[in-house]
Amino acid sequence: MASVSMTVNGREVSGDVEGRMLLSSFLRDDLRLTGTHVGCDTSQCGACVVHVNGEAVKACTMFAVEADGAEVATIEGEANADGSLSVIQQAFQDHHGLQCGFCTPGMVMSAAALLKENPKPTETEVREYLEGNICRCTGYHNIVKAIMAASGQDVAAIAAE
Amino acid sequence: MYAFDIERPSTIADAVTALQGEDAQALGGGQTLIPTLKQRLAAPSKLVSLSGIGEMQGVCVGDDGAVCIGGATTHATVSREAAAHYPGLAALASHIGDPAVRNRGTIGGSLANNDPAACYPAAALASGATIVTNNREIAADDYFQGMFATALDEGEVITEVRFPVPQAANYQKFLQPASRFALVGVFVAKYADGVRVAVTGASENGVFRWAEAEAAFSADFSASALDGLTVDADGMIADLHGSGAYRAHLVSVNTKRAVEAAS
Repeated sequence: MASVSMTVNGREVSGDVEGRMLLSSFLRDDLRLTGTHVGCDTSQCGACVVHVNGEAVKACTMFAVEADGAEVATIEGEANADGSLSVIQQAFQDHHGLQCGFCTPGMVMSAAALLKENPKPTETEVREYLEGNICRCTGYHNIVKAIMAASGQDVAAIAAE
Repeated sequence: MYAFDIERPSTIADAVTALQGEDAQALGGGQTLIPTLKQRLAAPSKLVSLSGIGEMQGVCVGDDGAVCIGGATTHATVSREAAAHYPGLAALASHIGDPAVRNRGTIGGSLANNDPAACYPAAALASGATIVTNNREIAADDYFQGMFATALDEGEVITEVRFPVPQAANYQKFLQPASRFALVGVFVAKYADGVRVAVTGASENGVFRWAEAEAAFSADFSASALDGLTVDADGMIADLHGSGAYRAHLVSVNTKRAVEAAS
């Protein structure tokens, strides 16, 4: 067992973990932050994307021990302080960027990482950035639309195809 | 996963010491190793994480003009920080896997694993890079020894990779869209003393140099110089994604594209 401590959504947390414990397990099982979804557990689907020191990573493909001392942000920290939805979350709702919702936490966290490094992405850049996030419901179209809208861009030109 | 201990040293010396234990295994970004552990295809007694070693991070330019990349540098960092010095290499790094993979996966991890379809081996071999470890320097031509096989000894750690900067270079990756590895990838690099061409994803022996193409391009650096040249389909990887003949064809096509795009 190893002791780890990190900041998760601004809160100091710590715990004793096995070497093999994944960051996704630490978040979900120990901290009960079950918004981070584990879809495939094979590093393919991106449902478990969180931010570690500001960078999008797959929480199922990183050991909790490696996040020792890090700043971690999960979907639970995305909403505004008053509980209202963040700009990205609201855009997903407004543009129907989800159906079953399983992939949505990873989609939102990836979108947040993209818009931080590229505040006005093109549609192509959005689609490229989402390469590691798989959605089996929406066909991606409304997710892309939501992210474009969240970046403050006009989405009227993105016609349904 | 089977249980193991994990250590996170902060210096190369401590990492090398930690790796001396029996069945100890270095952990780079873990983007291949962790899925492998989950499938119980590897069972180390101890993992030694290299992610906390500051002296193995980052991109710099050496006195001889070579781009030097710390072994624990992520693909995302290479794509940003090498862009001004070696744009062909930065472009390759910016298309490995997906954004989240690029934020964890490292150049040292990729080269140590030497997946036959990985991108970095093509860049290292085509650039005549030097693989620097904790105790020696290995020329890329001596380093790659077949599928998943390298010149690294047990417990040896890639601390840095040095890339001589070419006059022109380009990497063409024919994507296998499910894995996001290369179905076939070709890196062409033009130096003052000749052109080097390295192919990944195609051969059952892993990354290789295409000598005939190198000779043709050294005389005439244009796509037409490749007319009539093909690689033998024997020894090419054949799987559900493509036959050996298909991969051999892709080698020619992507080599031409790389030369046309080289800048």
